[in-house]
Amino acid sequence: MAGQALVKDFEAMLGKENVFGSEADRQTYSYDSAVLTPVVPALVVRPTSVEQLGLCVKKLYDNGIPMTVRGAGTNLSGGTIPDNSDTVVILTTGLTRILEINASDLYAVVEPGVITADFATAVSRQNLFYPPDPGSQAVSTIAGNIAENAGGLRGLKYGCTKDYVMGIKFFDATGALVKSGSRTVKCVTGYNLAGMMVQSEGTLGVISQAVLKLVPPPKAGKALMAVFANVQDAAEAVADIIAAHVVPCTLEFLDNNTIVRVDDFTKAGLPREAGAILLIEVDGHPAQVAEEAGVVEKVLKANSAIDVKVPKDAAEKFKLWEARRMALPVLARCRPTTVLEDATVPRSRIPAMMKAVNDIAAKYHLEVGTFGHAGDGNLHPTFLCDKRDADEFRRVEEAIDEMFDTALKLQGTLSGEHGIGTAKAKWMEKETSRGTILFSQRLRRALDPRGLLNPTKLVGI
Amino acid sequence: MNTLHDLAKRLMALEDRIVYCMKCGFCQGVCPMFGASGMEADVTRGKLVLISNLAHEMIRDPEAVADKLGRCLLCGSCQATCPPGVKIMDVFLEARELIYGYLGLNPVKKMIFRILLAKPALFNFAMRVSAPMQRMVFRKTGEAQGTACAPMLSFMLGDRHIRPLAATPLHAEYGFVDEPRSGDGLKVAFFPGCVGDKMYTDMAGACLKVLRHHKVAVYMPDKLACCGLPALSSGDAEGMLRELKTNLDALSASDFDYIMSPCASCTSCIREHWPRYAARLGSHEQKFARETAAKALDINAFLIDVLKVQPVRSNANAWAVTYHDSCHLKKTLGVASQPRALIAANPAYALTEMAEADRCCGCGGSFNLFHYDWSRRIGQRKRDNVVASGARIVAAACPACMMQLEDVLSHNHDPVLVRHTVELYAESLR
Repeated sequence: MAGQALVKDFEAMLGKENVFGSEADRQTYSYDSAVLTPVVPALVVRPTSVEQLGLCVKKLYDNGIPMTVRGAGTNLSGGTIPDNSDTVVILTTGLTRILEINASDLYAVVEPGVITADFATAVSRQNLFYPPDPGSQAVSTIAGNIAENAGGLRGLKYGCTKDYVMGIKFFDATGALVKSGSRTVKCVTGYNLAGMMVQSEGTLGVISQAVLKLVPPPKAGKALMAVFANVQDAAEAVADIIAAHVVPCTLEFLDNNTIVRVDDFTKAGLPREAGAILLIEVDGHPAQVAEEAGVVEKVLKANSAIDVKVPKDAAEKFKLWEARRMALPVLARCRPTTVLEDATVPRSRIPAMMKAVNDIAAKYHLEVGTFGHAGDGNLHPTFLCDKRDADEFRRVEEAIDEMFDTALKLQGTLSGEHGIGTAKAKWMEKETSRGTILFSQRLRRALDPRGLLNPTKLVGI
Repeated sequence: MNTLHDLAKRLMALEDRIVYCMKCGFCQGVCPMFGASGMEADVTRGKLVLISNLAHEMIRDPEAVADKLGRCLLCGSCQATCPPGVKIMDVFLEARELIYGYLGLNPVKKMIFRILLAKPALFNFAMRVSAPMQRMVFRKTGEAQGTACAPMLSFMLGDRHIRPLAATPLHAEYGFVDEPRSGDGLKVAFFPGCVGDKMYTDMAGACLKVLRHHKVAVYMPDKLACCGLPALSSGDAEGMLRELKTNLDALSASDFDYIMSPCASCTSCIREHWPRYAARLGSHEQKFARETAAKALDINAFLIDVLKVQPVRSNANAWAVTYHDSCHLKKTLGVASQPRALIAANPAYALTEMAEADRCCGCGGSFNLFHYDWSRRIGQRKRDNVVASGARIVAAACPACMMQLEDVLSHNHDPVLVRHTVELYAESLR
């Protein structure tokens, strides 16, 4: 619990209704979506204007109090879990205004707490498109997406959040306002600090505003589903689709474990013997879509797809994608604890990675289901366990260690889109180098000399 | 045997269900309370953590947890979207029972649930005495909605704009009804619900008219008690059981194929909660409650799915009607297309969808009583969507939602009428 004087100061600054100090309230900001130990913060504050946000940061810096910025708290690597019991959590959920959507210049300006899906909807009403679509988009915030460089299903063709950040305003650790980037397509004024803020996980500054790039929406789309006897055939089909110069907007993958479990639950009559299902969607100009869908269908058949389904209308497409939508919900219902990973490998290495994931799960006697984004090699091996069973959970942790080793051996990465936070900090050096850690720490210490911004996250400070 | 440690031990029984929460936070997107307050303790993920922490004695403040649990409409929106499918409503009701039981039920609530709502004769008497006196204290507010406010009763009613109680309640107008089947036709038990019996009697009357039109025999005992949901929501299982006992006794006096209510909350309570709680009354009661629950059907679903009422083409000058999905109807009973089809069965009306049609209106029954300010804030979002649809009528199939819609529309001086879907259909029948 924070000191009375500090609480009073915040209440005077933000209004009583935006300062949460009760034990019950503080306990509900002790966790995020990662399976990690909760840490109860000293206080939670909710600024409702950008000026207030800056004042909060300054106040905490002046008092030497660590701070964790939190949007929807959907982080999967612990980035929004307080560092210690002195931490004050700053909520961005009181800053939810879309300040501008500019259809002539194709950009939008938003406050940090705008919800991703709300923003995408507002943009689409003006017949524009904001492509990043992380799984949590219905509740996640834009600044959280930027701080984690959130990806999603459309990554292969449209990129991730970083590809849509044109400019950022943020408060540095001392509460001074920093501005980088602009509303123009080109801008080389000073360091690319906006780029530095992307995926900085709340360790370098507190985002107060973002200028986001918008694109014209695709005029048409076509979906296909293909069933394969094994992962290898599916992976070769993916490679051949790209080699045929078709870049689908989504290229999703379900493994056999996931297919069987989804079918058990939905009784949808999925091919239970299949090694893998690919769900593919191409989009763009109608003529191009028709041509590309034809190419994809041909490639799928040439790559020994057992079955290729092309939905005739939106209703059929909706049904076809049911399996993908249900993947996580169904896996999550199997066991009490769901550990969702996001190891990512070059897409040609998916078969090797899939084999390793299943071998590792067998070795540690664990249940795992894998689905993910085959187009960008971003897999979500999902371990199903019960964290209350200490022995089983230890085996999960060991399996994940081994899985990351394999991902790195295959020239992949620890995390495609969930971030490092505290969950994966210990593997950072293995993927990068000692120099990388030291450089990052020096960078942090220069920008945050008192070590107050999410201090234990990423490389630590 | 009633220490905090005992409470914690009892709460541990919920842990096996709570542990499935993967803390994805998706409940934030649909929770009406969180939508209004933005506080994590108001959304399911936060509440489940608090129940679990109380069970593990990591928080030793049951009042604070009870207060947070009370800030919930029990609308079930979270459960309907929960990826791991946590049985959230059961957990919440059981947690309320344990924690409120430990703290002691508010004496006013105890009087209402265990005596007034469980004893039809007393409740009916109280309401009949008060109905004629309303004229003296109510002042008309919403012209379109027929609502009124009562400054003299503001200590009780706040600034609510509500319909006055009916001069003659439904049970007094119809008495004990037990019609014989026409040939081998259908027979249904009609459960008007407290609001249908005492406030929206025209609406309940319209339901009876529709049933008569379709030659469906009606069983409507005059000694029905409250369905029990308000008591359950307040954690008063004992009050609920008393009401349930009265209802089972009243219903066992005749036979019927279906039991239905114009109130989605009553129907969902009959189907979901009666069998579970009747187990505490005894095996005989449980068996009858189970049979009754299996016959529980929403009246819209009955008309469309069983009686095969067909949509017709709208007239050229048909009034635009928008439809509000009641939470207990869509999210608990899974009924969404039938009420819309029923609106389409009257050529004088044309359905026009509003945005967020299935977002909670903010009533939540007793939530409205104890958190009126939040209820109004949540209701305002619904009102904005209703008005933006351009419809002249908003239809719902739950009187609790109708009360809330009338309150918020009346406060905003909107000319939009509020009707039950069955009322709209009844107008098309000669």
